[in-house]
Amino acid sequence: MMELKFLNVGILTWITFLPVLGMIVVLLLPKNNKTAMRWTSLGVTILQMALSVVIFQYFNRGLAGINTVDGMQFKEFIPWIDVQSLAILGRLKIDYFLGIDGISVSMVMLTALVSFVATIASWNIEKSVKGFFALLLLLNTGMMGVFVSLDFFLFYIFWEVMLLPMYFLIGVWGGPRREYAAIKFFIYTLFGSVLMLLAMLALYFSVSVIDPSTGMKMHTFNMLAMMNPANFDPASLLGGLGTSMRYYAYVALFIGFAIKVPIFPFHTWLPDAHVEAPTAISVILAGVLLKMGTYGLMRIAFPIFPDAAIYFAYPLAFVGFINIIYGALCAMAQTDFKKLIAYSSVSHMGIVILGMAAFNSQGMVGAIFQMFNHGTITAMLFLIVGVLYDRAHTRGLNDFGGLMNKMPKYSAVMVIAFFAALGLPSMSGFVSEAFVFLGAFQTYRYLTIASAFGIVLTAGYMLWTLQRVFLGTLPEKWNGLTDINTRELISLVPLAVIVIFLGIYPMPIINLMNTSANALVEFVRSGAGMALVGR
Amino acid sequence: MTQSLLLQLSVAVLFLPLVSFLILIFFGKKLARQSDVIGIFLNGAALALSVTILYAKVNFFHDELLNFTFTWISLGNVTLIGPLKFDLGIMIDNLTAVMLVVVTLISFLVNLFSSKYMEGDIRFSRYYANLGLFSFSMLGIVIANNFLSMYIFWELVGLSSYLLIGHWYEKKSASDASKKAFVVNRVGDFGFLIGILVLWANYHTLTYEGVYAAIGSGMIPFQSAWWMTASGLLIFCGAVGKSAQFPLHVWLPDAMEGPTPVSALIHAATMVAAGVYLIARTFPMLTADALMVIAYVGAITAFISATIAIAQTDIKKVLAYSTVSQLGYMVMGLGVGAFSAGTMHLVTHAAFKAGLFLGAGSVIHAMHNALHHAHDHHTDAQDIMNMGGLRKKMPITFWTFVMFTLAISGVPLTSGFLSKDEILAGTLAYGSLTGHMLIPIIGFLVAGLTAFYMFRIVILAFMGDHKDPSRLEHVHESPLAMTLPLMLLAALSFFAFYSLNPIGASSGWFFHAIERPATVVPLDMAAASTEIFEEALHHAHNTAMLFSLLVAGTGILLSFLTYHWKKISADAVAESMAPVHKFLLNKWYFDELYDATAVAGVKGIAALFAWFDGKIVDGIVNGAGSVTKMGAVVSGKFDSIVVDGFVNLTATVAGTFGLVLRKVQTGRVQSYIVFAILGIVVLFFFYRAV
Repeated sequence: MMELKFLNVGILTWITFLPVLGMIVVLLLPKNNKTAMRWTSLGVTILQMALSVVIFQYFNRGLAGINTVDGMQFKEFIPWIDVQSLAILGRLKIDYFLGIDGISVSMVMLTALVSFVATIASWNIEKSVKGFFALLLLLNTGMMGVFVSLDFFLFYIFWEVMLLPMYFLIGVWGGPRREYAAIKFFIYTLFGSVLMLLAMLALYFSVSVIDPSTGMKMHTFNMLAMMNPANFDPASLLGGLGTSMRYYAYVALFIGFAIKVPIFPFHTWLPDAHVEAPTAISVILAGVLLKMGTYGLMRIAFPIFPDAAIYFAYPLAFVGFINIIYGALCAMAQTDFKKLIAYSSVSHMGIVILGMAAFNSQGMVGAIFQMFNHGTITAMLFLIVGVLYDRAHTRGLNDFGGLMNKMPKYSAVMVIAFFAALGLPSMSGFVSEAFVFLGAFQTYRYLTIASAFGIVLTAGYMLWTLQRVFLGTLPEKWNGLTDINTRELISLVPLAVIVIFLGIYPMPIINLMNTSANALVEFVRSGAGMALVGR
Repeated sequence: MTQSLLLQLSVAVLFLPLVSFLILIFFGKKLARQSDVIGIFLNGAALALSVTILYAKVNFFHDELLNFTFTWISLGNVTLIGPLKFDLGIMIDNLTAVMLVVVTLISFLVNLFSSKYMEGDIRFSRYYANLGLFSFSMLGIVIANNFLSMYIFWELVGLSSYLLIGHWYEKKSASDASKKAFVVNRVGDFGFLIGILVLWANYHTLTYEGVYAAIGSGMIPFQSAWWMTASGLLIFCGAVGKSAQFPLHVWLPDAMEGPTPVSALIHAATMVAAGVYLIARTFPMLTADALMVIAYVGAITAFISATIAIAQTDIKKVLAYSTVSQLGYMVMGLGVGAFSAGTMHLVTHAAFKAGLFLGAGSVIHAMHNALHHAHDHHTDAQDIMNMGGLRKKMPITFWTFVMFTLAISGVPLTSGFLSKDEILAGTLAYGSLTGHMLIPIIGFLVAGLTAFYMFRIVILAFMGDHKDPSRLEHVHESPLAMTLPLMLLAALSFFAFYSLNPIGASSGWFFHAIERPATVVPLDMAAASTEIFEEALHHAHNTAMLFSLLVAGTGILLSFLTYHWKKISADAVAESMAPVHKFLLNKWYFDELYDATAVAGVKGIAALFAWFDGKIVDGIVNGAGSVTKMGAVVSGKFDSIVVDGFVNLTATVAGTFGLVLRKVQTGRVQSYIVFAILGIVVLFFFYRAV
C-alpha cells in the first residue's frame, strides 16, 4: 500500500489544506502588497499541481476502490469527532477519512489544474485583492476536500465550505447583477444541500458497524460502510433493498447533486452565475464545481443505492438526453457569448449523465473522462470569453466580427477550443463523447440516437458563434483591440496541449479510471441484483 | 521488398503531409514565400512513395491484404465480455494502393498549381498548411483498416475542408459556405456514427476484418434483418454527406467559395470521393435492399444535379454540379453492384475533374488579370457568358480542357468512356435482374445531359469570338506551374493507363486488381451473386455501349447546334419553358426549402426553448423565490401584528388592569378599613345564604 507523507502528514491532506495555509499567508500580508498575494496563490496552486503529478505517478492503476477500504489509495484515517452520548443521537462519531480511487484521482488532478489556470486568470483583479485570493484559496480547499473525502459528514462539510467563498466571489467581484446571481446560486445549492443532509442522516441512523475498540454496534458516516448492504439494520428506515424509502432517499440525494451538475430543470442558476461571475470564477464553476454533482452520484448515490440507481436508470438517461438537446438549443438562441458557453455546459454535462446511466464499462469511463475533458475544454472557452470581455467590455455575439485577423494568436487558441467543444476527433472531447454514445447505445438504443443528434446542433451553434465573432470583417470600433498577452497564453496553452494530447493518446487518463469504472458498474449491477447482461 | 516495409512506407506517406502542416502552421510566417516549396516537396515525396507502393503491391503482393493493427485504448477486463479495447490500424489492399496514388498525385499537382495561382495571397502559408492537413486526413481515410479511424479522419477532412472553403473568410459568402459544409456533413456523420454504434454494440470490434468475420459467421446486428440493412445504410449516411448525395448535396456547390485549386483537390477529385470509397469499403456488409437504396440515391443525385448544371452560367458552379452528378454516378454504380466500374470511375473522374477545375482556375486567373488591367471590377470573371474566344490566347488550357470534356462526356479512347460505359452496363444488368429499369434510364439520360452541358462550357468559354475583343489583349496563357499539371492530367485522361483495350475496361489491370469483394451477409438478404451479375453484365454490355455512344453523341451535337451553330436558340428554349428554367436556375429550390424547414425550424425551436428557459423554468425558480419572500413578508406581518400583537395585547390588558387596580391601592388606612368591612359583609351575606 502506497503511502506518501511529508512531515508525517499525508499527501491528500497536503493537497487539500495547502490553500488554507496560503490563505493565512495572504491574510497576514500587508494590504497593499498585491503582488505577494498573487504569487502566494499561484505558488499554492503550482505546489498542488506538483502534488497531483506525484499522485499520478504513484497511483496504483490496478486497484479498484469504490467500496473496499483496501482499494482506496493514499488513505488517511483519524477519528475526529467522538461524542459518547448525545441525547437521542446516541454516540456521534465522525472520522477524518480521506482516500482516492480511479473515480476521484482524475478529479483531484483537474481541480489542481483548473485552480492554477483560474489563479492566472485572476491576475488583473484589483478590487480588494486580499479578500479575493483568500476566498479563492478557501474555495480550492473546499473543492479538493469534496473529491478526497470518504466520510459522508466530512464530504458534506467540504461541500458547504465551498459554497461560502463562491457566494462572495460572485457577489462582490461579479458583474452588474452579481447580487441576484450570488443569492440564487447560494440558495439553490443550499436547497439541494438540505435534501442531501436529510438523506445523509437517514443513512447514518440506518447503518451500523461494530466498533473494533468496544465491540459494540455504532452508527457511522463512513461511505464505504454504507455501501455494504449487510451494515444496514434490517428494521431501519433504509434497510432492505428496493423499498420506497430507499427510493425517496436516493431521489433526495439525486436532487442535491442534480442542482450542482446542473440537470434540467434545476439548471437556471448556472447561466446567471456564469454571466455575472468574474472569468476565473466561471472557469472554476464550469471546470470543477459542476463535476461535483456527477462525482457525488458516482461516489455516493450509485454504490449506496444500487437498487435505486438501476430502478431510476432510464429516467436518469432521459434527463441526460434532455440536457444534451435542450442545452444545445438554448445555447443556439443566445446572443451573449458567456451565456452561450454556459448553456453548452448544460449540454455537455448531459453527456456525462447519459454515460453514467448506461451502467456499462464504456459509458462509465466515457462519463468520467468527459468530466475531465469538459473541465479543460470549458475552462478554455470561458478564458477565451474573458480575454475578449477584458478588452471590449461587451460579450454580445453580434457586436463582433473579423477578430481572426486582428487577434491571430487568440484566434488560433479559440479554434482549438471550439473544435474540441464540438467533439472533433483528435481532441479529447471526441474520445469521451464517443465512449458515452458507444456505451449508452447498448443500454438505450433510441434515446442514444436522439441524444447523438446533439453533435449536429453543437457543430451548428459553435460554428455560428465562430463565424459571428471571428470571421468576416472587423467593425471599426474594435480597431484598438490587442492580441492575447503572455499571461493569458500561459493560462490557455497548457489546456490546449492537454486537450490535443488526450485526443490523440487518451490512455494515460483512461488507465487511471478504468479499473474503478469497471468495478463501479459491476458493483452497482450486482448490488441491484440485476442479472449481468453481456454488455 | 517485404510486406512490413510496404506498411512502413505507407505510414511515411501518411505522415509526410502532416509534417508539412506542422512546419507551416508553426513556422509559416517566417518562411513566408517558401511555404509552397515545402508543400510541393513533401507531397512530391509522398507521391513517389505511393507510386512505389502501388507498383510493389500490384506486382508482388497482388492478392494479399497487408494489415497492421495496434490497440489505441484498452478498457481492461470487463465482466462477461473479457478484454474490451479499441484497435486502430492500417491496411493496404489494391484499392488502398490505387487511392494512395490518386490522393498524392492530385495533391501534388494542386500544390504545384497553387504556387502560381495563390501567389500574393494574404494567407499563403496558412493555405499550404491546410492543404497538408487535408492530404494527411484524406490519406488516413484511405489507409484505415477500421471504422473508428475512418470516422476520425472523416471528420478531420471535414475540418480541413472547412478551413479551406473559408480561406477568404472576410467574405460572408465564404464563411457561410464553410459553416454550411461542416454542418451538413455533420448531419451525414450523425448517421455514420449511429452505424458505428450498431456495429460496436453487436461485435465489440470496429475493424473491417472483425466486423465482416462476425457477420459472415451469421451474427447479424441484433439478430434482425432490418438492422442488418439499417447498419449499412446508416454508415452510408456518412457517404451521403461527404459525397454530396441527395438530399445532402446542397453544401458542395457553395463550397466553390474556396480557392479554385482547393475545389479541384477536395471538392472534385478526392474528399468528395471519400463517400464512394466508404461504400466500397462497406460493400461486403450491404444487403440487397441497402444496395437498392444506394443505387436510387445515386441515380436521383445524378439526375437532379445534371439538370441544374444545364442552367448555371458560373463556370465553377457548372463544374460543381457536374461533380455532384458524377459522384451520383459512382454511387449508383456501386449500388447496382458494378463495384470495379464504380471505383474506376472514382479514379478516372479524379483525374479529369481535377483537370477541369484547374483548367477553370487557369481561365479565372487569366480573366482576373485581364479585367484588372482593364480596370473592370464589375464583370464576373467566373461567368461563362463573359468569356468566349479564349481558345487562341490560352491554347494549352483550351486543348487540355477539351480532353477533360471528352473524357467526362464518355467519348471513346478516353478514360471516362471506359468507366462510364461499365457503370451503364452495370445499371442495365441490374435493371434486367431486378426490374428496376428506372436506374439505367436515368443513367443514360444523365450521360447525355453531361455531354451537353460540358460542351456548352467549352463552346461558350473558349470558342467563337469574345464579345469585347479589346479585353482579350490582356488574356495570357498561364505559367508553366499551372499548365504542367493540366498537361499531366490530360495525359492521364487517355484510356491506356487503365486498360489497354480502348473499348473494354474489364480486361485491364484495374479490373483485375480491384474486384468486387464477396458479400458476408446471409444469402437470403444479399444482392445477386457476382457470377449471376457478371452473366447479366455480359449480355448488357453491347447494348450499353451502343446507347452510351448514342446519348453522348446526341448531347454533344445538341450543344453545338445550340451554342456554336446557333441553330437552336437557348434563350427561346428557356423562354418557352420559363417555369422549368427558373426551377433549374434556382437549383430545385433545395436551399430555400431547407432554410424554410430545417434551419428555420431549429432556430425557431431554439428561440422557443430559450424563451421557455428564461420565462418558465427560471420563472418558476424566481417565482418560488418571490413566493418565499412574500411568505416572509406575510409571516413578518403576522409576527408583528398577530403574534407580537397578542403579546402586546396581553401586556396592554395587564397594564390597564394595573392602572385600574392601582387606584385601589391608595395607601390610606381608612379606605382599607372600609374595603375590609365591605368584604366581611359580602362574605357574611354569602355564607348566610348557604
